Amino acid sequence: MTTTTPAPEVTPPIDETAGHANRELLRLATAGSVDDGKSTLIGRLLYDTKSVLADQLSAVERATAARGAGAGEVDLALLTDGLRAEREQGITIDVAYRYFSTARRAFVLADTPGHVQYTRNMVTGASTAQLAIVLVDARKGVLEQTRRHATVAALLGVPHVLLAVNKMDLVDFDEATFRAIADDFARYATGLGLEDVLAVPLSALTGDNVVERSSRTPWYDGPTLLEHLETVPVSDARADDALRLPVQVVIRPRTPEHPDYRGYAGRIASGTVRVGDAVSVLPSGKTSVVTGIDTFDGPLEVAEAGRSVTVRLADELDISRGDVLVPTGAPTTLGQDLVGTVCWLSERRSVLGARLLVRIGTRTVRALLREVDARLDVDTQTVELLTGVDTLHTVDATDTSSDAAPSSLGLNAIGRVRVRLAEPVLLDRYAEHRGTGAFLLVDPTDGTTLAAGMAGATLLDRLAPEPGGPDDADWLAGAGI
Amino acid sequence: MTTTFDAPPTTSRFTQLDALESEAIHVMREVAGEFERPVLLFSGGKDSIVMLHLARKAFWPAAVPFSLLHVDTGHNFPEVLAYRDATVEQHGLRLVVALVQDAIDDGRVSERPDGSRNPLQTVPLLDAITTHRFDAVFGGGRRDEEKARAKERMFSLRDEFGQWDPRRQRPELWDLYNGRHKPGEHVRVFPLSNWTELDVWRYIEREQIELPGIYYAHEREVFARDGMWLAPGGWGGPRADETLETRTVRYRTVGDMSCTGAVESTATSVADVIAEIAASRLTERGATRADDRASEAAMEDRKREGYF
Repeated sequence: MTTTTPAPEVTPPIDETAGHANRELLRLATAGSVDDGKSTLIGRLLYDTKSVLADQLSAVERATAARGAGAGEVDLALLTDGLRAEREQGITIDVAYRYFSTARRAFVLADTPGHVQYTRNMVTGASTAQLAIVLVDARKGVLEQTRRHATVAALLGVPHVLLAVNKMDLVDFDEATFRAIADDFARYATGLGLEDVLAVPLSALTGDNVVERSSRTPWYDGPTLLEHLETVPVSDARADDALRLPVQVVIRPRTPEHPDYRGYAGRIASGTVRVGDAVSVLPSGKTSVVTGIDTFDGPLEVAEAGRSVTVRLADELDISRGDVLVPTGAPTTLGQDLVGTVCWLSERRSVLGARLLVRIGTRTVRALLREVDARLDVDTQTVELLTGVDTLHTVDATDTSSDAAPSSLGLNAIGRVRVRLAEPVLLDRYAEHRGTGAFLLVDPTDGTTLAAGMAGATLLDRLAPEPGGPDDADWLAGAGI
Repeated sequence: MTTTFDAPPTTSRFTQLDALESEAIHVMREVAGEFERPVLLFSGGKDSIVMLHLARKAFWPAAVPFSLLHVDTGHNFPEVLAYRDATVEQHGLRLVVALVQDAIDDGRVSERPDGSRNPLQTVPLLDAITTHRFDAVFGGGRRDEEKARAKERMFSLRDEFGQWDPRRQRPELWDLYNGRHKPGEHVRVFPLSNWTELDVWRYIEREQIELPGIYYAHEREVFARDGMWLAPGGWGGPRADETLETRTVRYRTVGDMSCTGAVESTATSVADVIAEIAASRLTERGATRADDRASEAAMEDRKREGYF
């Protein structure tokens, strides 16, 4: 048996050694079912960008053969299978992270199933995404699940959507078919508030317009899927974003080299901080001036969102984990009434009056679930207002039947809630501050994550019939700074 | 309110490696802020070396606020042990060593017929966690390494037996990591979750991180077994029908010498290694780890048992 390192049979990866140092990272989300070709599309992306290496490919070739396919065939969809139970059932059951890259950009892809019972997985995958790939089968057009995926993307505030009109090879790459689907989706997306949608005609199976430009769509002059992924902005940060720096830990070395050093370490959630900036610490409201922005690699004059830094202030203030540095004088809201939209992630149903922990930014506060007053159906994009509900109605938290009290949220449900916090915190609208407007509801007895939340008005409120919903009056009910 | 759509001014481009580094630092600071007794698994392998580098960055100018834990199979490459000890001394760190040999001597685990000790690490690891009451354990695991890791979280809840139940893992949204747990449980934390093998090497190159020499091409006496080049050591050596030969090789991964294969290579620098890996046909684990081949679901099975 030979044991020499085999010579590579595949051509060397695209320009692997040049230009990587400057490339950025883009986070993506996809959702879809086994039928619409999502796994094949992802497999194609991994394969064509040479992000799949040979032993993974060999394993897939073996698995493809074991399922009865022809010799030498590679079922690209099998590149993305994982857990044993999934492989046996042939389905995907969780959020899986895939990695691929080109010389121009690196990608982290959060891949989730598309069935409605995995709404919570889609919400999870979309939470950090800059771009969502929504898949349609060109033969079928926009379906309920397409709308569901778009709804989740809109709810989570994903800035960019790519509509992948797949299986174009099965409709002879017909332009009219593509345009009809693109237009149908565009109208629909506008209603959801999705501002940036690009439709791409492609075939994951044959590779047309995924990585390689197709010669069979001469009528299409937009980018291939990969080209769009490589050029869409990686950040939706704007010049006027206000600083938000949630403090994670206080750095106090108390060493001979740094006897008096006191720094506040965190990752900038939004905006920019500069040495000399006047900042306020919330919730205390105390003010100071930034005297240093430190990193292991040296001090910075300015640091923008995404960077992990350690900030020094002119004054010795009582600052701890959970506090947030914001610009002095900028409008902010402090409050104890958190209103927003949650996706229920647990099999334990919500219980009104239940004691909870709310994790928001780097702060954890005790809280009570006061009210559930609306539910969003992701399949129909309709919002049901729950009015006149007896708030003392007791609910069996383990009741998974669909006729449990409507004001109780079960797994995958999306609803509007009001949560009373034990102490005031900075309340940012998720729509303006994706970093600090997000929160978790946690079960204090065992730490289970019960729900994922977005503060302030969201898609749910946009779709809801009047009246109701958080508005400025709710937000400004707390003490402003 | 009118808003401009111009991007904010930036000092320098925020690259992929910057983003991965910042994310890992963020995760480590979260652990420091939420847990009482974190520990960093340190094997002297490149992933744990990068993790330590990130920890030093995360808490600078303070010292790294946790100890290192090495689960020592007893079959380590001497070069890696030397590196481990030098690192601990250089940075003034506290090292806890859990010996697989002790577990064998106590009868808690049995030596395998093939001599491989990687699968035996679980018991001493869990014992050390229990003894020292570690509540957060940093590991260098990455999601690109192996199929069962694609769905692993940054924070992975383990029960009192160190077991991982895929059905109990918590959804992880935004950058809100929920590490709350019941007494007796602990959380494995993987700050390198979103890093690929190449990302790790590119970061090593960018930061000029020194690694044990065995990661670069060197001459070594090796013999062939199961399609791998193995090096003889305290664990054993070639059988009568296996011949020892001198080859120029390097290691893509370091672990138990008895089941870690060398690959033929002329890569003597980080840049060379990167070029080699980029063109390579085999992923890191597949090329060199015999234990992953046993079954496709091997890693998943071992994670259920509490392994890394």
